[in-house]
Amino acid sequence: MSGVGSEESSTPPSRVTPLAFLDPGDPRFASVADVRERLGSAGYLADEGIAGVVHLADRLGKPVLVEGPAGTGKTELAKSVARVTASRLVRLQCYEGLDESKALYEWNYRKQLLRIQAEQVVAPIAGEEPGTPPSGQGRWKVLEEDIFSEEFLLARPLLEAIRSTDPVVLLVDEVDRLELETEALLLEVLSEYQVSIPELGTVSATRIPMVFLTSNNTRELSEALKRRCLYLHLDYPSLEREREIVSERVPGITTELADQVARIVRALRGMELKKHPSISETLDWARTLVMLGVESVDPDSARSTLNVLLKYRSDLERAAKELDLVVAGDSPT
Amino acid sequence: MLDVLAGFVSELREAGLPVSMSETLDAAEAMGYVEMGDREELKYALAATLVKSPSHWRAFETAFEVYFALRGEKFAIDATSNDPGEAGSEELRPEAFGGHRGAGGGGGEALGPQEVAEMLMRALWSADTAMLAAAARYAVGRFAGMEPGRPVGGTYYLYRTLRNLDLDRIAGQMLDAAREEAPAGHLTPLEERLVRDEIGSRIALLRKEIEAEIRRRLVADRGTEALAKSLRKPLLEDVDFMHASRDEMASLRRVVQPLTRKLAVRLARKRRHGRKGPLDFRATVRRSLSTGGVPVDPRFRYPHPAKPEVVVVADVSGSVASFARFTLHLVHALSTQFSKVRSFAFIDGIDEVTRFFEESDDVVEALERVNTEAQVVWVDGHSDYGHALGEFWERWGEELSPRTSVIILGDARNNYHASQAWVLAELMHRVRHVYWLNPEPRAYWDTGDSIVGEYSPYCSDVVECRNLRQLESFVAGLA
Repeated sequence: MSGVGSEESSTPPSRVTPLAFLDPGDPRFASVADVRERLGSAGYLADEGIAGVVHLADRLGKPVLVEGPAGTGKTELAKSVARVTASRLVRLQCYEGLDESKALYEWNYRKQLLRIQAEQVVAPIAGEEPGTPPSGQGRWKVLEEDIFSEEFLLARPLLEAIRSTDPVVLLVDEVDRLELETEALLLEVLSEYQVSIPELGTVSATRIPMVFLTSNNTRELSEALKRRCLYLHLDYPSLEREREIVSERVPGITTELADQVARIVRALRGMELKKHPSISETLDWARTLVMLGVESVDPDSARSTLNVLLKYRSDLERAAKELDLVVAGDSPT
Repeated sequence: MLDVLAGFVSELREAGLPVSMSETLDAAEAMGYVEMGDREELKYALAATLVKSPSHWRAFETAFEVYFALRGEKFAIDATSNDPGEAGSEELRPEAFGGHRGAGGGGGEALGPQEVAEMLMRALWSADTAMLAAAARYAVGRFAGMEPGRPVGGTYYLYRTLRNLDLDRIAGQMLDAAREEAPAGHLTPLEERLVRDEIGSRIALLRKEIEAEIRRRLVADRGTEALAKSLRKPLLEDVDFMHASRDEMASLRRVVQPLTRKLAVRLARKRRHGRKGPLDFRATVRRSLSTGGVPVDPRFRYPHPAKPEVVVVADVSGSVASFARFTLHLVHALSTQFSKVRSFAFIDGIDEVTRFFEESDDVVEALERVNTEAQVVWVDGHSDYGHALGEFWERWGEELSPRTSVIILGDARNNYHASQAWVLAELMHRVRHVYWLNPEPRAYWDTGDSIVGEYSPYCSDVVECRNLRQLESFVAGLA
């Protein structure tokens, strides 16, 4: 897999006419079952939907937009895919105010300034009068080409992912934090897998990287972005899957306890709470129970550890009430 | 297959999903990579390429069930299945229940009610999808009494099937059985609750199977397109508040939390957007050091624009209660976005209800208290906008300021009382904006005892607010 772009790597930033259809290269996964199996071996239990979308993303060479409540394993999915495909993970953390120079590339103007100053200082020592013709015009040309060469280019995550010759997985995290205008920045990269740099030309990907965008759904993403992506909604897992995740990720847990944990968490998610427990919180809770040596959850142990799962006081009270954990005259936690 | 896809996509568009041409092409390409025999795989492939919002999932699923119902071997309906009872029980017994039931019932004769219940319970305990599907198939064949060509909806058959099955009783029996099996002889409250959840979820699964089975048979009977059309339901954001079913209301409540977060982010961003604060001299100078003292990149402070004050006056009488409660809920969930939120509820009397929302974190409880504790009835408990507004002006008019926006929620159906529209005229002078949100369709305004027309000259805007989409766009415009 890593050998794919090796011939091209000698001439990286070349002007390439965009192809109508990009060839996604050799498939990384053989089938949906293969995706599940390999992700499973990396400790990520994918359900049918997740595996199906990852498989398609690989075959179609399209980015995946992963949306869902916090703590359902969106980022973890990208990391796991990187692990099983032996790729490097390039991560772009989005935030409000992120711009081109932080996402794509930036000219290292400090170094450029240094270079220009060095020209003025170094040239006379070399025995040449500074600024004498015919070198004046010619030297500026040389200098310009020099300071706008790759040496002075700072590659930010998007360019880095595209330029990379070894396999990469690009993770654009919390893309919903970007402003609408900045989102457009992603469009060229995600549909053509190329970046245009006016001074250098267009840099195209030698191999289409797998791209994951995650969103916590704090705002509606633009239609243009959604259209270019495969969409995966990651919700809380089913009872069976959660049980498996707990038994897989929490060492030393018994099947009965894992089952009980998953059931209680499901009951909590069925209530009207401010914040439902996420998978990571479920795992924390299971670890807590194991550490405390609890073999089976009874009202006492549940009451004293429920604050690992629920982070609002009103939620705690309501959960305790609905699960019948309250002993008369006693309040939870 | 491409024909089916084209039909399917146009059905999605009919249902209100925005499916573009390029997405359709993606879907077509994706179909080339999935195992056609695997229905689930196909479903997720189509979902990934065509559905880009979780609220559209339900519409997608319904359409998918209809369009791809008969594709896949194990779902094929054999010729005899229109003959109720017969086909279902024949294929059911040998594979799933033959072993357990032993000699019970031979040939094609119908099972007794007790036997059916037993069979269902066994299927439910096993939680095996194939077995549940078989049970559902049997139940539909036996009880739904489906007749080809009969113009009734799927819900009718569903109702008939479920009535005969009596799932509540079965759930009760399962719970009893679980109690008996418990090692201690009884279940602790926690265990009991968990068992009940488990049974509930399995019964929901069975219900789903039954619905799917009915749909499959209807497709076979009426054809895909006709059925898809009859099953089409509005998307959640287009559901009318006044006519929302209980299920729809529950799902609307569930989306409030994410919606408020979304709105809050948007409002905060909007307030900041485009406006820069004063020059941050210190940061600019520090920044300029890296460019040799030339201030290339000036820095500005963040501006702090004022947040609006909001007063909500809501009609909570029966006719518009669900709408008013929903809106109060939303506004209070957004309270961080406004410098101050006060709410008032009225029917023919009026009372301030802000405290209920402040004292309790829990919205459901707060609304409950609004209903029970607030003094909103003056004489007979029929809406009287005139009196309520008059009282509002008298008691709280002094406290309003030019920074306040007043939002009135109600259908303005005044039961032919006096309108007292002068109150709004006075209000208008004192506050920044007066908005009126009316949950009725615009066509019904000023018909019967509705007197929106008398109030509207004194409002900054009168807005039709029948569904989530309209409410969302109103709140977004507010701040």
